[in-house]
Amino acid sequence: MSKIETLKQSRRAFLSGAAAVGAGAMASGEAQAQTADPLITQPQEWSQGFGDGVDATPYGLPIKYEGGVVRRNVEWLTADQVSSINFTPIHALDGTITPQGCAFERHHSGAIDLSKANYRLMINGLVDTPLVFTYEDLERFPRENHIYFCECAANTGMEWAGAQLNGAQFTHGMIHNMEYTGVPLRLLLEEAGYDTTGKWVFVEGADASSNGRSIPMDKALDDVLVAFKANGEALRKEHGYPVRLVVPGWEGNMWVKWIRRIEVTNSPVESREETSKYTDTLADGVSRKWTWAMDAKSVVTSPSPQAPIKHGSGPLVITGLAWSGHGRITRVDVSKDGGKTWETARLAKPGERMALTRFYLDINWDGSEMLLQSRAMDETGYVQPTKTQLRDVRGLNSIYHNNCIQTWWVRENGEAENVEVS
Amino acid sequence: MLKYLKSIVFAFVFCAVADSALAEKLGLGRAALPAEVAAWDLDINALGEGLPFGSGDALVGEEIFSEKCAACHGDFAEGIDNWPKLAGGVDTLDHEDPLKTVGSYWPYLTTAYDYIKRSMPYGNAGSLTDDEVYAIVAYILYSNDLIEENFVLSDDNFLAFEMPNAKGFVVDDRGATEYAIWSDVPCMKNCKDTC
Ligand code: HEC
Repeated sequence: MSKIETLKQSRRAFLSGAAAVGAGAMASGEAQAQTADPLITQPQEWSQGFGDGVDATPYGLPIKYEGGVVRRNVEWLTADQVSSINFTPIHALDGTITPQGCAFERHHSGAIDLSKANYRLMINGLVDTPLVFTYEDLERFPRENHIYFCECAANTGMEWAGAQLNGAQFTHGMIHNMEYTGVPLRLLLEEAGYDTTGKWVFVEGADASSNGRSIPMDKALDDVLVAFKANGEALRKEHGYPVRLVVPGWEGNMWVKWIRRIEVTNSPVESREETSKYTDTLADGVSRKWTWAMDAKSVVTSPSPQAPIKHGSGPLVITGLAWSGHGRITRVDVSKDGGKTWETARLAKPGERMALTRFYLDINWDGSEMLLQSRAMDETGYVQPTKTQLRDVRGLNSIYHNNCIQTWWVRENGEAENVEVS
Repeated sequence: MLKYLKSIVFAFVFCAVADSALAEKLGLGRAALPAEVAAWDLDINALGEGLPFGSGDALVGEEIFSEKCAACHGDFAEGIDNWPKLAGGVDTLDHEDPLKTVGSYWPYLTTAYDYIKRSMPYGNAGSLTDDEVYAIVAYILYSNDLIEENFVLSDDNFLAFEMPNAKGFVVDDRGATEYAIWSDVPCMKNCKDTC
């Protein structure tokens, strides 16, 4: 923490939020070209010769112009790359599905190389018959498809004390949203004949960290998936190939990768990941444990520090993401003046249970500075809190579960900065 | 034709069987052998279930620790650079930037045994013997000024050891402290005093 403290560049800017109305916006269709555009009038190479043949890339990657849309890490956050984290480039994505290749990674002892042939899943503990499944066995159970977000509980965790990391990717990028294919955990537990008096399942991975977590039986029987496909294809190595756990709406640490064992138990293990970590210390020094659900949250992904406005005043698409671990997003409001006035944004699609929701606010930007914020609401009636509201209850030390309203200060030149307006 | 009929009959029978199997079990997977369960079922819970027979003291633990752990966690478990600190931090939990260590924060000693046995040393997880883990855990307690150097930690007295922050945790109470107050109809206009 002390290192983080010393490297911290405080971006606290307690701005008044008074937005002076700047230069008038240009009326639409007013732009006039003085000379003919050679891209239109001159024959171009790509329109005359050939492009790549099929199979030039048997498995395609984004075109080179998109080379900047990649996961990035913040080196000083962790001691070592194999127990570390990187961030999804949410500032550059649209829609809601996160491509696997740029979905954030978090490992505790590196992404391991585990083939389907070497994969085994054991179910033991309070069951009639402890069982071992191969990968092929799992593919023979009835399977389901669901889109869910996976958010690390530490997402936005650097922002408790003040605005810190300059970009939506870094403040909010420990999240991804994929369509999973997998077998309900309930079916595997039934197959082993789980004891209905068992109150917990303990799940662990095959990697050296083993990352064990205790999950209450109600959740295990409800919607937890043992998943092997994401967005239609095999899971990536870094996301737990060949099989990971999907725990809808709950913190990412519980989504055990390379899952190898599920034990039905009567009491929680109280493993390191549910005591030393993933517990939230309040101002009085008492810590909350078992804070599994991710509360409703949203962020404007563009404009944002890594996605400045380059086109000047006029039509502007403000967009972002909202999600809730308690169900569906029902509404997102956007403020351009640091929370004094709000407008309700348009949801690209009705909110889906425990999945990312995309919102848009299409405005005619007058070119004056903005303090952009978004505020999510979910089906329980919960309204995303401000940072002040969160701090009033929790203090500054809880690290995890920071779902505060985020502010981007967009200047007249279109550049944006992470600031604190609470 | 005969073949066709046969397959219909077969399909019918198969469906009937599959249905009843679905209601019960699919018959997939195989029984895990006791040796297999023993190899993987290593977790030790807060009640001490799974704690192996054995013992060790801080003097022995210090030797193992300096050889296998100190490069990252420091000679006195105080941590080096950005690597985790395992000692210190008592009475800092309600301060700015609390120092959370095994001594100052962890509610159960079983967690230390469980984690060190299964996941440390980093890069060579699961390589320590049961007695080595007892000795290392004793050394970490000693580094936190919680025991004398000759105190022998064993499966016998392990659970009796009360951690300083054992009572420092509450089960998630966001429902009462947060959800109840953050569910008002949200303000849309004049939401802040202008400054
Ligand atoms: C090469 C460096 C390295 C060595 C050697 C090492 N560790 Fe660790 N240790 C780590 C890292 C990194 C973590 C955090 C892992 C993670 O992020 O999950 C850690 C975590 C821990 C923790 C949990 C800390 C907490 O607050 O949650 C304990 C306890 C621990 N190690 C004990 C040991 C012991 C005992 C040994 C020797 C047997 C050892 N370590 C050897 C790097 C090391």
